[in-house]
Amino acid sequence: MASNAQAQIPGGRMALGRISARAENVIFDSVNVVLMLFVCIVTLYPFINTVAVSFNDSTDAVRGGIYLWPRVFSLKSYETILIKTSAIPHSAMISALRAISGTLISIPLSMMLAYVMTRKDYVLRGLITKLTLFTLYVSGGLIPTFLTFRSYGLMNSFLVYVLPPAISGFNVLVMRSYIAGIPFELTESAKMDGASEYRILFTIIFPLALPVIATISLFISVNQWNQWFDTMLYCSSTRNLSTLQFELKKVLDSANSMSGDAVLAEALGSSGDGSSGRVTTQTIRAAMTIISVVPIACVYPFLQKYFVKGLTIGAVKG
Amino acid sequence: MIVHSTQAEAAIRGVGKPRGFWATLWKQRQLVVLSLPVLFVLVFSYFPLWGWLIAFQNYRPSNKIGFFQQEWVGLRQFAELFADPKFFRALRNSLGIGALKIICSYFFTLLLAVLVNEIRVSWFKRSVQTISYLPHFVSWVVAANLIFVSLSPEGGILNEILQRLGITSSPIAFMGLPNAFWLIAALSEVWKSAGYGAIVYLAVMTSIDPSLYESADMDGAGRIRKIFAITLPSITPTIKIMLVLSIGRLLSVGFEQIYILMTPSTIDTATTLEVYIYTFAMKLALYSKGAAMSIFNSVVSVVLIVLSNTFAKLLDGEGIM
Repeated sequence: MASNAQAQIPGGRMALGRISARAENVIFDSVNVVLMLFVCIVTLYPFINTVAVSFNDSTDAVRGGIYLWPRVFSLKSYETILIKTSAIPHSAMISALRAISGTLISIPLSMMLAYVMTRKDYVLRGLITKLTLFTLYVSGGLIPTFLTFRSYGLMNSFLVYVLPPAISGFNVLVMRSYIAGIPFELTESAKMDGASEYRILFTIIFPLALPVIATISLFISVNQWNQWFDTMLYCSSTRNLSTLQFELKKVLDSANSMSGDAVLAEALGSSGDGSSGRVTTQTIRAAMTIISVVPIACVYPFLQKYFVKGLTIGAVKG
Repeated sequence: MIVHSTQAEAAIRGVGKPRGFWATLWKQRQLVVLSLPVLFVLVFSYFPLWGWLIAFQNYRPSNKIGFFQQEWVGLRQFAELFADPKFFRALRNSLGIGALKIICSYFFTLLLAVLVNEIRVSWFKRSVQTISYLPHFVSWVVAANLIFVSLSPEGGILNEILQRLGITSSPIAFMGLPNAFWLIAALSEVWKSAGYGAIVYLAVMTSIDPSLYESADMDGAGRIRKIFAITLPSITPTIKIMLVLSIGRLLSVGFEQIYILMTPSTIDTATTLEVYIYTFAMKLALYSKGAAMSIFNSVVSVVLIVLSNTFAKLLDGEGIM
């Protein structure tokens, strides 16, 4: 019907229509490119500006007007937080430790659960699945959870970072969807060859599920690296377990509370003898921000194709 | 031999002669061992639920009084909450910020997905996507740092632009404006999550049949026409699912974001239920009040999920759960 109508249009008007369609194409593409560049600038500018400020001389930075490039180059801010004091490197180490151990603990446990959830012949499958997925909707809330964890003796303990988040309903769901796509015949023939369930999981399923394991590892490690609230809630009375994000949060607080440099000096644990020259909150904040972003920015672009896939499976089936 | 293998097959599939539950369970004991991680869920997600009981007590943290010796007060904590104007202020902020966040992230995520999908140069498309994921992966502390710096009245980029363009004559302290907080919370959420959220829509768009676009070309349809006639209708089911999911999360505004973007002058408009639980109940050790608020929050969330799911069913005859 529509093509009939098209055919009846006289040749001249048809050509005109084609030209205007081409013109619309060009206009549309140009506007779209401009909009997308705008998105990129709005996303990236704050990061680039922070890099520039972090490499700028601190007293000079107070004058403002630094945009994409440092005006007076200086490494002093990085020197101050990385070499002159031990608080920041230590907290970064704790953050890295939680990212690594959190992932190592969580991946095998999540795989086990996700695997039994795909075994249609397993009698407890329904129960295990419901118990795990229901956690997506119900939580005890801040205070009941806090009181319970305290009664477990998790206050001021590294374990509070890695044990409670070990099983996440969302991650298990994504893994389950992926494993469910692996042909059951593989499991079946391995069983007939007398392989145990453990062997099937770790020597057959595990290698085949590497893409989803990469995705979930990224989710877990980034999430662990970015945590600060559990530090504030459970581990704020001991310096030893402070995390990089929590230190950054304290610096942000001090910058906002106008008491500025004094609080910062305290936060950095420096004696403040002034011999190193006055390093302002601004450049220190910028340097700390960059230190906490760099590991993430170096990792996620390379895992992009995996997490895009993993997320899509989870979204379509979940 | 053949008989043997069919028996093994039957055992694996759990069919064949009917066996009792316990016998099957014993046969599948290796799977039971592999199910043990579910203990983590019980210990860390379900066990804290007993703490809801303290909402019906006047709980005082103490080593001397056992849990069941605490004073039981029935619904008094709830009655006190519903008489507390600050609780309603927190509820209003939760609903307001939650709704504004849903509307903004919804609109901008969809818009971004459609526009990215229209990019024709593939390296540019990939670059835009990679860049737009970045904010999702940084913590709210980092994001807040960047936001505070960009919106600062002392040399913040937004104020510089506004002043150069002559829109304002003096710098504005955006983060201190009580009336701007809801919008700042919503837009910072867009900044952080729109790129990542677009992944789902873009994935669905790649599965649209290309012949639809080709025949639209034959009919002389322009780009915008094709977006509205083909792209958007094709992803409507996904749009609906995402909307239902986000309405269910209306009250889960995101504690970290709000808490860290809040300043002393925006307390009145920024204190959401979750923030109120922390700054009021947690810090003053009013644990029973805090538990009561958590229960209220959960109940409202469950009601919202059920309502939105029912609504989705009415819309197209199938829900999502």
